[in-house]
Amino acid sequence: MANNGHPILTQTVDEDGRIVQPFVRTENLQALPPPSSLVGPVAWMREHLFGSVFNTSATILIVLALLWIVPPFVDYVLIDAVFIGKDREACIFNEAHPIVGACWAFIGSRFSYFVYGSYPIAERWRVDLFFVILSISIIWMMRLSLPRRGLGAIFSFIIAPVVSFILLSGSETLGLPVVTTNLWGGLMVTVVVSSVGIVFSLPIGILLALGRRSKMPAAQAFCVAFIEFVRGVPLITVLFMASVMLPLFVPREFEPDKLLRALIGVAMFASAYMAEVVRAGLQALPKGQYEGAMALGLSYSQMMRFIILPQALKVTIPNIVSTTIGLFKDTTLVVIVGIFDFLRTIETARIDPIWSAPTISSTGYVFAAFFYFIFCFAMSTYARRVEERLAVADKR
Amino acid sequence: MSSDPRLIDGEMAPKVSPWRDPRWRAYAFQAALVAVVGFLAFSAINNAAENLKRQKIASGFGFWDTNAGFPISFSIQYYSEATSSYGDAFWVGFVNTLLVAGIGIVLATFLGFSIGLARLSKNVLVAFLARWYVEFMRNMPLLLQLFFWYNAVLKALPSVRESLVLPLNSYLNNRGLTVPKPQALPDMDWVYASVIAGVISSLIYRHWARKRQEATGQISPVGSVSFALVLILPVLVFVLAGSPVKFDVPQAGRFNIVGGMVLQPEFLALLFGLTLYTAGYIAEVVRAGVLAVSKGQSEAAYALGLQPDVTNNLIVIPQAMRVIIPPLTSNYLNLTKNSSLAVFVGYPDLANVFTGTVLNQTGQAIEVISITMLVYLSISLTTSAFMNWYNKRVALVER
Repeated sequence: MANNGHPILTQTVDEDGRIVQPFVRTENLQALPPPSSLVGPVAWMREHLFGSVFNTSATILIVLALLWIVPPFVDYVLIDAVFIGKDREACIFNEAHPIVGACWAFIGSRFSYFVYGSYPIAERWRVDLFFVILSISIIWMMRLSLPRRGLGAIFSFIIAPVVSFILLSGSETLGLPVVTTNLWGGLMVTVVVSSVGIVFSLPIGILLALGRRSKMPAAQAFCVAFIEFVRGVPLITVLFMASVMLPLFVPREFEPDKLLRALIGVAMFASAYMAEVVRAGLQALPKGQYEGAMALGLSYSQMMRFIILPQALKVTIPNIVSTTIGLFKDTTLVVIVGIFDFLRTIETARIDPIWSAPTISSTGYVFAAFFYFIFCFAMSTYARRVEERLAVADKR
Repeated sequence: MSSDPRLIDGEMAPKVSPWRDPRWRAYAFQAALVAVVGFLAFSAINNAAENLKRQKIASGFGFWDTNAGFPISFSIQYYSEATSSYGDAFWVGFVNTLLVAGIGIVLATFLGFSIGLARLSKNVLVAFLARWYVEFMRNMPLLLQLFFWYNAVLKALPSVRESLVLPLNSYLNNRGLTVPKPQALPDMDWVYASVIAGVISSLIYRHWARKRQEATGQISPVGSVSFALVLILPVLVFVLAGSPVKFDVPQAGRFNIVGGMVLQPEFLALLFGLTLYTAGYIAEVVRAGVLAVSKGQSEAAYALGLQPDVTNNLIVIPQAMRVIIPPLTSNYLNLTKNSSLAVFVGYPDLANVFTGTVLNQTGQAIEVISITMLVYLSISLTTSAFMNWYNKRVALVER
């Protein structure tokens, strides 16, 4: 038989003379597991904890340090802590409890002071209502999936501030007794200062950023001078300026009250930083967006409102949130002009003789640390989420 | 043919009313802006003059040379309550600001680079710890941290009589940290000279080595030779000169600690606070910088046969530094500006001495605050001018 180029399979014949088909594999074999030295907890530990001499010693040192720090901290915060008590008697060292951890009873008894300052007790529902309004605007602005966000912006940046102002400071015509700002304090002031900062700094910052990028020399010079000046000096000096110099610059009858001066200082400071954040967003837009808008015959304000700002602000959200975190932390500095913010109420309460006990100061600071950390960490987590979400949109 | 479509018969046709012409609108807008700003400035000056006259506050800088008459708790230059002027007080505050900011910047850089690299470590514990360090530092106000260090740690230390005794004859108590004070003997000049000589010769060697490498391709051990010249040479000279440093060792007396050098709790709290806080930010900058160098860069270097350390030194680090340095500088500036929080712990920096005490005593708010702002502003502007120059120098040249 002629072989037409086909490979000849060697045929095997078994004992009975029958032809046995050669073995041909039709299915893949199952893959072998990787060597045991590369998988499983042992290999993971070798890779991530004990890779080299340096790694191993770092691991051991850290475990020792954690053992040294964490149990005493837990003891302090929970096990040895005092939860119930009326005054310092509960938290001083004596025979009954030779070791005293955090004195949470102190925080509990001064809690309303930390939240409302010296705001009249009968009127505190107004502050609560303010917190509710604020939460609504924050959630409306921050959840990008909620409907009617344009209305939300109007609510957060116009309606809510006006309503909150009337609510907090009072108005005789509406039957709300006037509460002067020297009674305001605590968390409420921290929140008022940071929200005023953000409500004013965002629009002013956008205007400054547009001014800085405009081709009008006078407008540009003014914006550059303002931004560079404010960013070049510490917030404390801006606050000093607002509290000491500002009253000199206005006629006597318009002299602003202490809180208003601090708010002006904070708003100025935040605007300059916000302007730079927005400017970065504007610069990130490709030139074609501007040119396209102009080619369509849009006017400057139409171009900005419909084409440029929506895109620029979208990519800027994470940075706006980080600026807000900075602003929230910086509100602690208003103490310098005599305003009782959250941290100041803790400073005042911790040296109160009624609660004079060894662990009061550290308890106060641990509480403040928890408070600021939770708020700022939540905001930075939010910023990170938005950033990831925007990155997904860019990947398409 | 002319390029301007508005030209008809060689003449500009009034096609649009000035109201709609962007050029005219720009002029009008700017005129209005200048008018508003000018009016505000004018009325501010007017009001200020009137208010100052009413409150009987002097104006001008005459106070600069008058006797200050208040003590300053910490100064490294000569300052005396009885004879020094407000101008001297200004310089004390200025030097104190530079001192705490300078030391803080050096420490924060070391700490920040270590933590930033630790966040990238394969060791999960190291990375975990570094991550949470950064989160904690960045998410708590600096002022809270300063209060914590000052009131809850340093001021809560035992009193002088029960001082904690640390190694090297140092004592820690609620009045600060007392350490031996080094005093240079005359022979120390040789050591200083050898440091200068070492730096200069290592620079010359580096230059020569680069020339040689460009010419012949031979690589010289620049790192180890520089190390020997800059560090080992001065140490050798120090030993040969017979260790020309005398230590003023503090002695614990019955009521007080005698001798040595006291680092006050105000200074330490501010330094700790600034360093630890800024290190958290620098760590993030460093991490972002290293991650910004794409993996292909190091892979290409390995493919070319470069060793890991050469790859790091010549390929990864230079590219990462390009990303790291601009935000790093702005963090340095932030640290300098944040040093004004000294006001809250009582360290006599510029803001504390000048906008605090001097402002209270003279009442000349406008002059005092302007001077203070001007100082910070010039530090910031100088730094950013340098940054712009540097950025231009290292920017990618795109073809």
